[in-house]
Amino acid sequence: MIREALVVSAILFSIGVLGVLTRRNALILFMCVELMLNAVNLSFIALSRLHGVSGQVFVLFVMTVAAAEAAIGLAIVISVFRHYRTVDLGRIRLLRG
Amino acid sequence: MPTSSSATQFIWLVPLLPFLGFLANGLLSLVPAWRGERADVTPAGRRALVGAVGVGVMLVAFGLSVMLTLAVSGKDTTLTSSLGTWMAAGPFSVEWLLRVDRLSALMMLVITGVGTLIHIYSIGYMADDAGFARYFAYLNLFVGFMLMLVMGGNLPVLFIGWEGVGLASYLLIGFWFGETANAVAGKKAFVVNRIGDFGLLIAMFVLFANLGTLDFAQIATLHANLGAPPATLICLFIFLGCAGKSAQLPLYVWLPDAMAGPTPVSALIHAATMVTAGIYLIVRNAALFASSPIACLVIVLVGALTAVWAGAVALKQWDIKKVLAYSTVSQLGYMFMAVGAGAYTAGMFHLVTHAFFKALLFLGAGAVIHAMHHALHAAHQDDDPQDLRNMGGLMARMPVTGALMWIATLAITGIPPFAGFFSKDAILSSVAERAMESPLAEASVGGIPGRLILWFAYGIGLVTAFITAIYMTRLMRYAFHGSFRGGEDAAGHVHDSPWVLRAPLVVLGVLTIVGGWLQLPAALPIGRAGLLDSWLAPLTGAATAELAGTGHLPHSTEYLLIGIAVAVAVAGIAMAFVQLKPATLVRKVDSPADTGIGLVLANDYYVDTAIARGIVGPTVAASRKVFWRGLDLGLINGVLVQGSAQLFGVVSSVASRVQVGFAGSYVWAIVLGAVVVFGAFIVTGAQ
Repeated sequence: MIREALVVSAILFSIGVLGVLTRRNALILFMCVELMLNAVNLSFIALSRLHGVSGQVFVLFVMTVAAAEAAIGLAIVISVFRHYRTVDLGRIRLLRG
Repeated sequence: MPTSSSATQFIWLVPLLPFLGFLANGLLSLVPAWRGERADVTPAGRRALVGAVGVGVMLVAFGLSVMLTLAVSGKDTTLTSSLGTWMAAGPFSVEWLLRVDRLSALMMLVITGVGTLIHIYSIGYMADDAGFARYFAYLNLFVGFMLMLVMGGNLPVLFIGWEGVGLASYLLIGFWFGETANAVAGKKAFVVNRIGDFGLLIAMFVLFANLGTLDFAQIATLHANLGAPPATLICLFIFLGCAGKSAQLPLYVWLPDAMAGPTPVSALIHAATMVTAGIYLIVRNAALFASSPIACLVIVLVGALTAVWAGAVALKQWDIKKVLAYSTVSQLGYMFMAVGAGAYTAGMFHLVTHAFFKALLFLGAGAVIHAMHHALHAAHQDDDPQDLRNMGGLMARMPVTGALMWIATLAITGIPPFAGFFSKDAILSSVAERAMESPLAEASVGGIPGRLILWFAYGIGLVTAFITAIYMTRLMRYAFHGSFRGGEDAAGHVHDSPWVLRAPLVVLGVLTIVGGWLQLPAALPIGRAGLLDSWLAPLTGAATAELAGTGHLPHSTEYLLIGIAVAVAVAGIAMAFVQLKPATLVRKVDSPADTGIGLVLANDYYVDTAIARGIVGPTVAASRKVFWRGLDLGLINGVLVQGSAQLFGVVSSVASRVQVGFAGSYVWAIVLGAVVVFGAFIVTGAQ
């Protein structure tokens, strides 16, 4: 069972990474990040079978932090949209050296 | 007579007083209102204060010198005063030590005595100058360092004075630095002197390495421990220093240019005192020099060659000060001839008498220049006031100056009974005496027997005496006799100088007449013979005996030598009267150029040109092309400074391309990095 759960977790994580790498829309990127977080949560739950409940406790923390992060992240995305009239990350290149 | 112990406490005061005068006048000259940048003349009240300080410290120093001289005239001939240790490093220890013995006392009397007279003279001579206070500050500074030089009890203390007088000389040569030529002349004197100073430093190093001391008293007792080669090496390096300071071949070139300074400066520094420091240094280390016959013979040879070399140049100079400058170089050559031959008394004797009559000649020339300058200025002519061709017939207009300068001229040419006769005769006789029979004559240098060198020097001495008589008579006839060539308008304005200028001349004139009685030859029954000999005997007696042997000249030979010397001088004067035609002279601007050998002499054998082309030119070119353009601009500035900046510029411009500002590419980098790290864990099997 653990092997299958870990494989699903790895696939989910890879989809998230690919999404972050290939998409430029900030909202989709955001969802991809959530996907990666939940892939990690899945592997925590699966591995708690071997290592005790601390993995499950960690998942609760991750979900809490993810909620906070989603709130702040969405707020940033909104203010970026107000400023640039777009959420396309390809257009926001202020950090260019 | 003061006791030695009470006199000792005044020793440091002697050099200190002129330094205080320097400080006082120096501070005054810094006050903007006193600096006289715009004002042409320093107001009389200020001049009186500055002059009183300048002359006052000199007078007190002279008084103290007399007292100290009396203190060392008895049985106890040496006083020392130490202010403690100056520097100590392992076995090397130098004290702040001043030493008054009969040699330094003699020098102190000359420096403060002649110095005081020249300070008084300067009050009149520099009255019109805006830099009055600055001038007196420098002059006091010079005297302070000169006293340090002759009173120093060891070589490092002497060296302070040695360098200090060089500095003061530089400052005073370039006193009128508004004209580039004067500033350049000061620089030249400084640079040429540095070459000599380098020799003196090397001599000190070798001396310390071999003897472990630089104290004069210890050198005099320990020098026997030196082998012959180190002794010769030390003596020759010391002599290099002396040749720089005392303007001997080949380092004499700075002295004629030093005439750019005010004339009293030329009299004090470049005739009477500073340039004799080399003679003093050799006499001070007489014991050391006596142990190296090779060095002694070299000194004799250089002195003799310098004497005739510079004397010949003086024959063709038109600038009255240049004549006297080359004459000084020539007379210094005489003195070196004497001290080289181990006739230390004769050398010191000529030093003293030369200080009298050459100071008199320079101050007289200063009075002439002063008068000519005012006359030409009043007549609105811009002729050169120093050129003999513009003078003539000054005797009628400046009788006191003229008469005194004739006394000095007769003295320098060696006509009895003036001082120069006795001192020159003392030198020539002792050189001849040593050539006949002495340990020095038996020695040899580079295969040339000493006897030959000494006879050669004697012969050159006679030739130089002849030349001296010619150029001095030439100077006097052109300047003081015949008709005035400076133009009708100027003629009426030439007057003898005010008393502040004339009084020092009169005193020096008296000294020039009686100075010879310091050291009468035994052959002449006109007073006690050999006073200076017995005065200096505690210091140089042993060294003199070491080189001269024990033989004494019979009186008949001495009469012969005196007769020859006087005959040569008279012949020179006579020849100058017969050969020279002052009537054919015209003003400088109308004069034809010299030709042939005269042109060569007038240009000092083109030595300056040769140095400019051979040494200065290549040095400047190498500095410009190699050191400035190549090393400084090319390597240091181009490669190291700007090169490193450019290197960082290039690297950072490449590196900054990575920072594109697109978050997606950063994520790529993070992911790839993570993949590489995890891949590395998997491949290596790390935990």
